[in-house]
Amino acid sequence: MKRYLIQRFAYAVITLFIIVTATFLLMQLLPGTPYSNAEKLTESQRAILDAKYGLDKPVAIQYITYIGNLIQGDLGYSFQYQGRTVMSMIGDRIGPSALIGLQGLVFGTIIGLVLGIISALRHNTAVDYVSVTIAVLGMSIPSFVFAALLQYFIGVKLGWLPVALWENYQSTILPSLALSVTVIATVARFIRSEMLEVLGQDYVTTARAKGLNESGVIWKHVIRNALIPVVTMLGPLAVSIMTGTLVIEKIFGVPGLGEQFTLSILVLDYSVIMGITLLYSALFIFVVFVVDVLYGLLDPRIDLKGGSKA
Amino acid sequence: MTTIQPNDGDFKNLRSQDRPAEPSADLFVPQPLDSTVREELAAPAPTFWKEAWERLFKNKGAVVSLVLLIILSAMSLIGPSMNEFTYREQHIPHSNLPPKVAGLEWLGFDGKDVNGVDQYTQRGVETNYWFGTDEFGRDLWTRVWKGTQISLFIALVAAFLDLVIGVIYGGISAYYGGRIDNFMQRIIEILTGIPNLIVIILFILILEPGIRSIILAMIITGWVGMARVVRGQMLQLKGQEFVLASRTLGASDSRLMRKHLLPNVMGPIIVTVMFTIPTAIFFEAFLSFIGLGLQAPLASLGVLIEDGYDAIRSFPYKLLIPAVVISLVMICFNLLADGLRDALDPKMRK
Repeated sequence: MKRYLIQRFAYAVITLFIIVTATFLLMQLLPGTPYSNAEKLTESQRAILDAKYGLDKPVAIQYITYIGNLIQGDLGYSFQYQGRTVMSMIGDRIGPSALIGLQGLVFGTIIGLVLGIISALRHNTAVDYVSVTIAVLGMSIPSFVFAALLQYFIGVKLGWLPVALWENYQSTILPSLALSVTVIATVARFIRSEMLEVLGQDYVTTARAKGLNESGVIWKHVIRNALIPVVTMLGPLAVSIMTGTLVIEKIFGVPGLGEQFTLSILVLDYSVIMGITLLYSALFIFVVFVVDVLYGLLDPRIDLKGGSKA
Repeated sequence: MTTIQPNDGDFKNLRSQDRPAEPSADLFVPQPLDSTVREELAAPAPTFWKEAWERLFKNKGAVVSLVLLIILSAMSLIGPSMNEFTYREQHIPHSNLPPKVAGLEWLGFDGKDVNGVDQYTQRGVETNYWFGTDEFGRDLWTRVWKGTQISLFIALVAAFLDLVIGVIYGGISAYYGGRIDNFMQRIIEILTGIPNLIVIILFILILEPGIRSIILAMIITGWVGMARVVRGQMLQLKGQEFVLASRTLGASDSRLMRKHLLPNVMGPIIVTVMFTIPTAIFFEAFLSFIGLGLQAPLASLGVLIEDGYDAIRSFPYKLLIPAVVISLVMICFNLLADGLRDALDPKMRK
């Protein structure tokens, strides 16, 4: 177990390092300059700006400086906002993203679980078909299309919830809902097939044969066992939430990381692009790491040392 | 059933058991035994693909999706030339006209804007634009189908390249095994640790925007899934008893490949490709939506959705039509992929 943890951790660190390096190199290849009024700058002004941001040094030195600063938690300065550090920008904007992301994740997981479990217990009935349909729609319709439709029908047509203002709790409902759609669909599909598989297992027959009542069988044996693999869905779900925030924040005007990211792409503010990229990648790597460890702890059938399923 | 005859010995046994309704000997005509006939099979053994087809055709969702996809693909090819407009031709006097189709007014294709004013009579426009026009007076019917065509093209090419790279990489990894496999798998492990959307966005930023860059950016990480599937399948199959049994029975390498390895690997490969296509369509639309997609006047479904979204309050049709088309395409691909997975999974063979 200990060896496995160390190994996984080493992988996570190597992956992160490669991402940092790759991002840095890609940023060097970016066309254009990060200065908003590059054509008006004189040679000497440019030289001063380059010196200020360290752009006059060779790429290798810039890289080492960047890594050194990164280890100390310094992501450099933003180019589009004078004198602001990337760290402080991320700090300001992570709140709304985390709020709608977590809301979407929790709401989506609960609804998805309920839908999927009911669907499996009422296999091949109308209830099952309805929830399978919901799942297919949720998987297929791109989250930003859904967000735009939600905004149009609930925000504009019905006027129930704010369209694109970030002022009170009501503003978080539509973005969270839009984010949760993919989660609902993914979780519902997954838990349904897991439940159906567990329902066909011998130990379920045994539990019934020994006279356990049906709710006991379902709660103690089926759902418990079917829930374990749901942990593995956390990785893909985290990705879908992150992907979602990039566009959904733009649609609903949420002052979060995703909105900042899309803004920075348009003005080539590459220290911010790098900062957010690294944050998202680190988050993803962390989630995958936690899932690996959790899964081994939850299901004793998984042999962590060999890394293979028993 | 009816041709099965008890022989004399069985008949005696029956009688001795003293059954109430006893069949008498003259009810039966013994069938002459023909040893050559008995060895024949009642029906030709169904091949793997025939069986898979039959299973697929029993899946209503998959069949409907397949038909719809064929219609949508056909429309994406012939749709742009079904009227006299081109996807880039601007006609400012006819800008922002709502959709109007003669005979389909009850469906909302009545040429009325959000305030209920018939723009066609008000502006004296004679021609009907089936899906309306955009702010430059470009015909949306042509643009939507042209966009579908481009989106499908990007997705298909990306999926195909993923397939080629994935099969080669996974195949080599599984075939050579040992240290090479170990090394190649470490690379994959690191690549899967990177959220591919981030990679795609970064690559699009440094490449010239256009169809080629989008495809390139998508395959940079896209092939990993296919490589894993192929490697896993090959490794699993290599050590299976039926391969050994077939080899022991003297099957040639080509027979082994054709009859045992290929059908077992093809299923998962096809299913993976089918799931790659909607993902690619999604990524393309996503990139266009955040402003990293195709450049005007080219249209893809993502570009149209982005344009439509900007005008959602006054001209909802601009968003709704491409949104419906992309959703339909995605739903169909997902349902068909589901159906194919069920149909091609050899473990489900009865």
